[in-house]
Amino acid sequence: MKNKVRELRKLKGLTQEQLAEVIGVSRQTINAIEKEKFDPSLPTAFKMAQLFERSIEEFFLFDNQKAR
Amino acid sequence: MKKERQQHLKVLALWTWTWVGTMALATFGPKFIWEGQTVLTSLAILVNLLNGVLMISANRKLFNFYDELERKIHLESLALTLGLTVVVGLSYSLLDQTNLISFDAEIGVLVLFVGVTERITFFINRKRYL
Repeated sequence: MKNKVRELRKLKGLTQEQLAEVIGVSRQTINAIEKEKFDPSLPTAFKMAQLFERSIEEFFLFDNQKAR
Repeated sequence: MKKERQQHLKVLALWTWTWVGTMALATFGPKFIWEGQTVLTSLAILVNLLNGVLMISANRKLFNFYDELERKIHLESLALTLGLTVVVGLSYSLLDQTNLISFDAEIGVLVLFVGVTERITFFINRKRYL
């Protein structure tokens, strides 16, 4: 799934390590999300949304074609 | 978080190595140490079994400590390993039953297959996601 996590993380001035620590996942997981290799769980997405002060749809872009 | 993880890993390593040790004792003990005394052999097998349960419990605790991506990677590799083990294991057993191989189909070969397959699928999965 396309996302703007890297963009928003940098906007917040956080490193992958720091974001991982706040969200409660590993740095590798943040890296995989940013590279769009892995879609996070709903709780992780909500934690990010709270941190970035955005709604989930604003930074996770759902593609109906790809989801099939 | 890292410290806690290392602690879980240490506990798992401890129970794994003691399990290997008690397995070796239960295997070779009756032949080389206590010369077939049934009580001691039964005790060694029981200790090995209990040790195995503790090893599984430690592995479960470590697994619950993984984050969602690590769990996904491990679960996918374990699912593949399980499927391959059932298929390959039954084919291997058939080879023995139909006498297409000259030796007995030993369980040890299957255990080795499980270990090697899990490692290979784990590294392939890791490469896919990381």
